[in-house]
Amino acid sequence: MERVAIIGASMTQFGQRDAWVRELLAEAGAAALDDAGIDGDDLDHLYVSNMASGEFEGQTGVPNALAHDLAATPAYTARIDQTSSSGGAGVYAAWQSIASGASDLTMLVGGEKMTHRTTAEATDVIASLTHPVEYKQGVTLPSFAGLTARLYLDTYDAPRESLGKVAVKNHRNGVDNPHAQFRKEVDLDTVLDSPIVADPLRLYDFCPITDGSAALVFCPESVAAEYVPEDEYAVVSGIGGATDTHVVHERADPTTMGGVADSSDIAYEMAGIGPDDVDVAELHDMFTILEFLQSEDLGFFEKGEGWKAVEEGVTDRDGDLPINTSGGLKSKGHPLGASGVAQVYEIYKQVTGDAGARQVDAETGLACNVGGFGNCVTTAILEGNQ
Amino acid sequence: MSDHETDDATGMGQSGDEEPTFAAAEYADGAVTYPPHTVSPTGAERVGTVDLREYEGHVLTWTTSTATPPGVREPNTLAIVEFDMGPAYDGPAVRALGQIAERGDGSEEAFDVDIGDRVEPVYAAELREPGAGIREPESQAWDGFRFRPVDE
Repeated sequence: MERVAIIGASMTQFGQRDAWVRELLAEAGAAALDDAGIDGDDLDHLYVSNMASGEFEGQTGVPNALAHDLAATPAYTARIDQTSSSGGAGVYAAWQSIASGASDLTMLVGGEKMTHRTTAEATDVIASLTHPVEYKQGVTLPSFAGLTARLYLDTYDAPRESLGKVAVKNHRNGVDNPHAQFRKEVDLDTVLDSPIVADPLRLYDFCPITDGSAALVFCPESVAAEYVPEDEYAVVSGIGGATDTHVVHERADPTTMGGVADSSDIAYEMAGIGPDDVDVAELHDMFTILEFLQSEDLGFFEKGEGWKAVEEGVTDRDGDLPINTSGGLKSKGHPLGASGVAQVYEIYKQVTGDAGARQVDAETGLACNVGGFGNCVTTAILEGNQ
Repeated sequence: MSDHETDDATGMGQSGDEEPTFAAAEYADGAVTYPPHTVSPTGAERVGTVDLREYEGHVLTWTTSTATPPGVREPNTLAIVEFDMGPAYDGPAVRALGQIAERGDGSEEAFDVDIGDRVEPVYAAELREPGAGIREPESQAWDGFRFRPVDE
């Protein structure tokens, strides 16, 4: 099996954009091609991670549109939809295309256009992933977060303030990310006094609705140095994907994300490392509670103790294990199909020493992208070549 | 445990009564799930149906959502309820996600509940307005069961 390298990356400004999904994808795609020093017609495969361009915008067939816009025909194209984890699933597909030998040069572009919809409409598009017995009760992804947060706080005797500190930390990190939707610090009182959205969670416990796109270029490690200097590429040393139940209440322990544990077990084994070897991580903090659950189920902390790590500053940018140096989905924004790609973009920048003001000391990084409420998960491990 | 005709997609069944049943599936390995699936979590085949109207449960957790999608009451108090299936049952926990019923005192407010409270299912003819959201109205049922506290 070929070892797979990432030789180029880009992301657009995240936030409220005038551009529509085709234009967002083309903007990120063209920038990633430029970053890798290649042209569209060099690509063998071109993947688009996108959850719902048809539902949001009435635009389907986006991979074909992107291939035409970037003069990438006749590259093989496919759209990867795995709800909020479409980006991570796209990373898996792109890795697979190179590792299998099916492609010598693959680009993945993730993107979503959402902000033209009202919050209620966007929430409903996302909630359409739920089972009929959940959907008819009016459940939303934020209400799953509220249900789980209450159970977590009760089970592990964690203070409500610890969730707020996730928001404070990730907003602080986002200040130094020029692509982030929000580049503004918030204090704990602001978080705890914000309007209730899904009790006990409040407005600042949730990521925003976002437009944006991100892209990555993959090739075999054996030829990576032909495209970029050796210290400018990263290797995907481990990757795993896993699925949990569709119906959330059927999980044995609703505070455990089985897909996170299972996907990371695969990724760790492939990379030949364990959680203690990870220097920096991007987690899917669509809701603050998810950062606790993932940090525990990835093996970074004991079950029920992820909140203590935040309280003690372990996950701060200058802590022992920086989490969400990009600002996370919470501050950077969450354009569904782009998020998993943008997580790997941040880890790529960190392990190649190109993260600017956000730079931490990192040789090995991990990105965990979650779809639904832990329904589908991809975990990717990158190693720098410095 | 009893058999009824069941709609697999929604977990709703007809028992011949006026009120639909709260239909969970029973499997050859003894497991019970709501909603019903093709096979049990361990892959065992379906052997029957259990009407969860016959059971009480307790609130595992709850939330009140104030940002609800089109066609959903606002606020919407939801709970995950774990049914007490009796001492003879040793399968995985049997749970349902459901709205908390309104008090019925004209206030349109839901009952107050907390973790551990005992509740029972109560039928609602329409949980959410069909067609107001993105899902095709004909693709699923829109009636079902809420939960209300049990007087102790």
